[in-house]
Amino acid sequence: MSEIKITIDGRKIKTEDGTTILEVAEKEGIYIPTLCYHPALPPQSACRICLVEVEGEKVLQPACSSKVRDKMVVHTDTKKVLEARRVSLDLIISNHPLDCMICDIAGNCELQDLAYEFGIKESEFKGRSIEYTIDDTNPFIIRDLNKCILCRRCLRACDEIQNRRVLGVTNRGFKTKIIADFDLPLQDSTCEFCGQCVAVCPVGALTPKISTGMGREWEFKKINTVCPYCGVGCRFDLNVKDEKIVKVTSNPENPVNGIALCVKGRFGFDFVNHPDRLKTPLIKKNGRFEKISWDEALNYIANKFLGIKEKEGSDAFAVLSSAKCTNEENYLLQKFTRAVLGTNNIDHCARLCHAPTVTGLVTAFGSGAMTNSIEDITTKAKAYLIIGSNTTEQHPVIGIKIRKAVREGAKLVVADPREIDITNMAMIHLKQIPGTDVALLNGLMNVIIKGDLWDKEFVEKRTEGFEKLKETVSKYEPKIVEEITGVPADDIIRAAKILANSKPASLIYSMGITQHISGHLNVLSCANLQMLLGNMGIPGGGVNPLRGQNNVQGACDLGALPNVYPGYQSVASEDNQKKFEEFWGVKLDKKPGLTVVEMMNEAEKGSIRAMYIMGENPMVSDPDVNHVRKCLESLEILVVQDIFLSETAELADIVLPAVSFAEKEGTYTNTERRVQLLGKAINPIGDSKPDWKIICELSTKMGYLMNYNSTKEIMDEIAKVTPIYGGISHERLDANGIQWPCPDKEHQGTAILHVGKFSRGLGRFTAVDHLPPEELPDEEFPFILTTGRVIYHWHTRTMTSRSSGLEKIYPESTVEINPEDAMKLNIKNGEKVGVISRRGEVEVKANVTKRTQPGVLFMTFHFAESSANILTISALDEVSKIPELKVCAVAIKKL
Amino acid sequence: MKIKSYKDLEKIRKEGLLSLYPSKLKIVVGRASCGLAAGAGETYEAIESEITNRKLDVILTKTGCLGFCQMEPLVEILEPDRPKLIYKNMTHDKVNKLIDSFIEGKIAEDLILLRIDKEKIFRENGVIENDLKKFWTNYKSDISDEVKNEINKVPLYKEIPFFKKQKKIALRNCGFINPEDIKEYIAKGGYYALYKALNEMFPDEVIEEVKNSKLRGRGGAGFPTGLKWEFTKKAKSEPKYIVCNADEGDPGAFMDRGLIEGDPHSLLEGMLIAGYAIGAKEGYIYCRAEYPLAIHRLKIAIRQAKELGLIGKNIFRTDFSFDIRIKQGAGAFVCGEETALLASIEGRRGEPRQRPPFPATSGLWEKPTNINNVKSYSYVPQIILNGAEWFSSMGTDRSKGTMVFALTGKVKYTGLVEVPIGMTIGELVNDVGGGVLTGKKFKAIQIGGPLGGCLPIEKLDTPIDYESITEAGAIMGSGGVIVVDEDTCMVEFAKFFLQFASDEGCGQCVPCRIGGERMLEILTRITEGKGKLEDLQKLEKLARVMNQGSLCALGQLTPNPVISTLRYFRDEYTTHIVDKKCPAGECEALIKLFINEEKCTGCGVCVKSCPQDAITGEKKKPHKIDQGICIKCGICKDVCKFDAIYVV
Repeated sequence: MSEIKITIDGRKIKTEDGTTILEVAEKEGIYIPTLCYHPALPPQSACRICLVEVEGEKVLQPACSSKVRDKMVVHTDTKKVLEARRVSLDLIISNHPLDCMICDIAGNCELQDLAYEFGIKESEFKGRSIEYTIDDTNPFIIRDLNKCILCRRCLRACDEIQNRRVLGVTNRGFKTKIIADFDLPLQDSTCEFCGQCVAVCPVGALTPKISTGMGREWEFKKINTVCPYCGVGCRFDLNVKDEKIVKVTSNPENPVNGIALCVKGRFGFDFVNHPDRLKTPLIKKNGRFEKISWDEALNYIANKFLGIKEKEGSDAFAVLSSAKCTNEENYLLQKFTRAVLGTNNIDHCARLCHAPTVTGLVTAFGSGAMTNSIEDITTKAKAYLIIGSNTTEQHPVIGIKIRKAVREGAKLVVADPREIDITNMAMIHLKQIPGTDVALLNGLMNVIIKGDLWDKEFVEKRTEGFEKLKETVSKYEPKIVEEITGVPADDIIRAAKILANSKPASLIYSMGITQHISGHLNVLSCANLQMLLGNMGIPGGGVNPLRGQNNVQGACDLGALPNVYPGYQSVASEDNQKKFEEFWGVKLDKKPGLTVVEMMNEAEKGSIRAMYIMGENPMVSDPDVNHVRKCLESLEILVVQDIFLSETAELADIVLPAVSFAEKEGTYTNTERRVQLLGKAINPIGDSKPDWKIICELSTKMGYLMNYNSTKEIMDEIAKVTPIYGGISHERLDANGIQWPCPDKEHQGTAILHVGKFSRGLGRFTAVDHLPPEELPDEEFPFILTTGRVIYHWHTRTMTSRSSGLEKIYPESTVEINPEDAMKLNIKNGEKVGVISRRGEVEVKANVTKRTQPGVLFMTFHFAESSANILTISALDEVSKIPELKVCAVAIKKL
Repeated sequence: MKIKSYKDLEKIRKEGLLSLYPSKLKIVVGRASCGLAAGAGETYEAIESEITNRKLDVILTKTGCLGFCQMEPLVEILEPDRPKLIYKNMTHDKVNKLIDSFIEGKIAEDLILLRIDKEKIFRENGVIENDLKKFWTNYKSDISDEVKNEINKVPLYKEIPFFKKQKKIALRNCGFINPEDIKEYIAKGGYYALYKALNEMFPDEVIEEVKNSKLRGRGGAGFPTGLKWEFTKKAKSEPKYIVCNADEGDPGAFMDRGLIEGDPHSLLEGMLIAGYAIGAKEGYIYCRAEYPLAIHRLKIAIRQAKELGLIGKNIFRTDFSFDIRIKQGAGAFVCGEETALLASIEGRRGEPRQRPPFPATSGLWEKPTNINNVKSYSYVPQIILNGAEWFSSMGTDRSKGTMVFALTGKVKYTGLVEVPIGMTIGELVNDVGGGVLTGKKFKAIQIGGPLGGCLPIEKLDTPIDYESITEAGAIMGSGGVIVVDEDTCMVEFAKFFLQFASDEGCGQCVPCRIGGERMLEILTRITEGKGKLEDLQKLEKLARVMNQGSLCALGQLTPNPVISTLRYFRDEYTTHIVDKKCPAGECEALIKLFINEEKCTGCGVCVKSCPQDAITGEKKKPHKIDQGICIKCGICKDVCKFDAIYVV
């Protein structure tokens, strides 16, 4: 960019080549009105409100898209300019209903503002308007084309931000209108209701249905905070009126997501004010819950716990922490478990999703987290291998960024047993048989090594163990791999070549890799591939596990795991034990604790007598749910702390009402290790309390004083004992947050891990062999069942089932079955069928679809009443102890 | 075979000459769209069966549009020992008669249109006008004096007023060769320019030549073609593309269609030369799907050129390779706008985008792209062969060469014409077009299509060149000329074009989308007698803002018909508004139809044709129109042979 000189309204301005007149004017404080322009979108130049006069041009030029040139002379306020702007605005108004008095968007309407500014009460050019029927058949968005000014922001957002292209334009001239697909109601179109269009609509044409009549702009308090759903960590503004969340809005300044959100983030907030919210502590008497006071409840628990501790010892306790709660709360609960209860029996649902990520990546690299940042993998990668991640549904905002990258030329290889949304964009879809990932990855490496396509310099200088890997993968010839995985050898060869020839390439995985008894091995294989290709420690590369829950990263970071203190400091190390004993002032146990499934098993056996569960729902999320029920029922005391009476809470003896993210202060750490500050939007509902306060009070009642005044103080304590969080404090966290490792107050955080050197020194190749799943199909149970999630629901549905829109759009569970299999069994699309495993049986609607391959059934685990986890097996990966949720043998029958 | 050398080209040229001028009888039917619409297909079949029935030893073939569309179907007869004779309005029912007279050795006097005894043919050193008889090896000069006299009575091509003032460069081969035979094109010097460019000139020299010729874009805007090529060549991005805009959407325009149907290779050769000059390897012809015959002939032409190696890899054994594809448009007028056209080729909705960047720097798939009109490319081979000076010697100071027009409306001769730039509009209408249809008064011409403007009788002296026409209030446009007589209401006329243009807008920018609609509403009010004088200021204000503020040329020029009619026929507007009358008697709401009792013979023809049964009366006595039922469609007036129905 070179410096140039231009003149605007007589002012001589130095600026840079390539900027627009509007950008220069804004910087200089010269006002140019706009309407179709939006800073997060490419210019459309449609409204003609920003027209200016450029000397030498025959006609007026739009400031939003016209680039400056050296010696350009611009006038923003000539008679011609003012007339053109006024007439254009007048014409828009001539075709717009003037019902501002009852319009939801009044006060936040850019057309209203301009009309006020230009003093246009009514149009000089009144004429006809086309009457459109309002599209409000879907549960999220009201689409009123009568108010549409055709600025096309919605279309550009759908195209450029969401990369979906649902919206388009039809007809010509005055009859032009915006349509979804081939002019369908949104409900019937391919729209996924991200609401990006709603966020950018300058008028009342696109509004959130749930917010209709709930208030207008000037009545709202806006609180910037972090989304409570997935691990992407999007920020948004909660719009609050009278202690009620009315609307979610987003703005381009949010660091991770900008203006983008997904359907859950934008429209799934109404659970917060749902009448089902727990408002007082409950105690179960004679099989029924009764309300009790906080004092009574905490006294009851404290007495019971102290009794058990004395009688049965510390190892009779098990605690489940929560990937939904803040870093501060997770820190406190593990402190409570270790320092007060005296055991390391603390775990949380990370065990069910990314335990192998921690074990595997620590083994290979020395650090168990996503290596790169969302920003660099979505803008700098030349190719992707997405393996076992339904990215666009489960991490939607990362998904849309990858869609954009692929549209802009990045090559995409997807390995997934199912056809998922992102496979539509893939150059190659490797459709492996569930549970054969190691073989597939070894096959890719076989081709890469044989074709001499690996990064020799990287392997030589930065890794160890290559020779062994080479030897092992040499057995995995594409033809052999084809037999194991069902993926054609040619596809394996093509995919390997694409990945090897496009550097940097980013590997992205999720639970398709981890939820196997070979989960740890799968993760090692991913690490092997990326080291082999030299894709580590560089922007656009990396091994990138996408973490599930909003704070699963933080819950792990802060030690809600049975084997490590905060910051992955091993409990088995005497140094660490000493350090924490000194800091917390108590004796600590050196023996690593039990993991989730182990706890349940021990409860059944009777060695675990008391369980404390904060914000988790194992009765839906854990494998073999019937077994889980039996285990929980055999406890002496079960305490559940939650915001709703979940399926697990129903089994509790005491239920403690906690608060939602909207009522909380503290921090979450997203999948890319970004620690972000929450904003408290409303006061706790009823008598509910923030989780951290409940822990403090219980701890204090049990004789260990916890008297923190705020979560800020807790974070200061965390920083002292957790090296990777060493430089983090609430004061330092602005809207951008900080990515750990951040060892001290001067450190700016770390966007990419392992740059120049791995955390463990050299990267370690581990040669691994294919390990078949625990339970394979047989005559009695001839199908493989694999499980997953859908975009419209979250985890065990405690929140999304209380969000009216999400529940309406996806009300019940289904089992996906390939048409070939359905035909053989005479199963029709939509009919109820029974799915049976050795562990249980569910009734569910059949969804006959080619998305799933013959021989494989797919179910989500969201729905308690027909949960896939009634069927799944609790076989564990030896190293990481993750259960094999992705593969078990089932039968399906017509009812 | 592939043409690899000059010798190969010469060989094909000679084969082409034999095909053009065979040593036996050849009958040629004009089979462009205009001919086919007039029945040339049936004529062709009729001739075919006559040949079979009468066992004649004849070559029957086809050609494109000679330009005189009104006289179609045209049939030419070429006997080795005679000049070329062209017969007019040769519908199939006249075929028998033609063949009869021919066998008798006579000329069907009532059917003959003209004769051609000299045609331009190509010699190695350039274009030569040649006596037709020289081509035939077994030329027999023993025509009887009787026949000679008869032939001499037939007007010569160049003597026909319609052709007299024309000068054909772009249309040089239309009506003279079989457009489906590349050899005939080569026989006329085709692909020699390409040979010359590739073998004797550097790309920069080609651009220099085109620049020096001062050729300006014939799509309407008149941007210097050579300069555009230079911009595209200099743009720093690869690959580069050549695009031909053949999306001719103006009502009443058929220049590009005529050219492609008559001489597709001249377009291909022009594009190839442009590709060589600019450094492109690929070209697209964007042709509207409503031109199936043009597309059919383009496909044949591309196939034949590929077969001869004139399109493809290493053309003439040089490093230059080029491919040409056809992209069919789906009928959106706005796709004639270059950025909309590119969007359409890319598979997006055909919509313009704000320029700059211009396609020369960021065009197809954001790569440098040269877009020219069909005619612009067709001039290029002639410029390369004959030199820049030859081309720039024609025309005015700033506009050079010739201009192709589609002449239509209330004019005596309609058709496709090519005249030297600088000729006045009066000459075009009166000399070439033969003046207004008999009995009516000339009122105006609409020049430049629906986005052009209306010029009144006082402007007939305006010379046809880009600047003069713009100054007069119209635009050169792509070349549609519609002649209007006194029966046309200028408000209604402006409304017609405005309706067309605003219906065809892409709907992006506000001034065009809503402004066009509001102008139309005002015009409709005026034609219904509900207008107010202040409406005229509103029209002018909207027109100003549309012109200044619209995103693309379509929106900017849409108000042109209104502005030019307001400029030259303002009193017609005020009459509609103040007196509630339509002087031309066209605006239904403002007129009443009456029967002149003295002229009416009571024949009853009007009674039968009235769709509303509004006319009653006894046979052979004057009839009456019931004003309450009459919808003022005017059919009665049109069918009355006694001129007894009048408008008030």
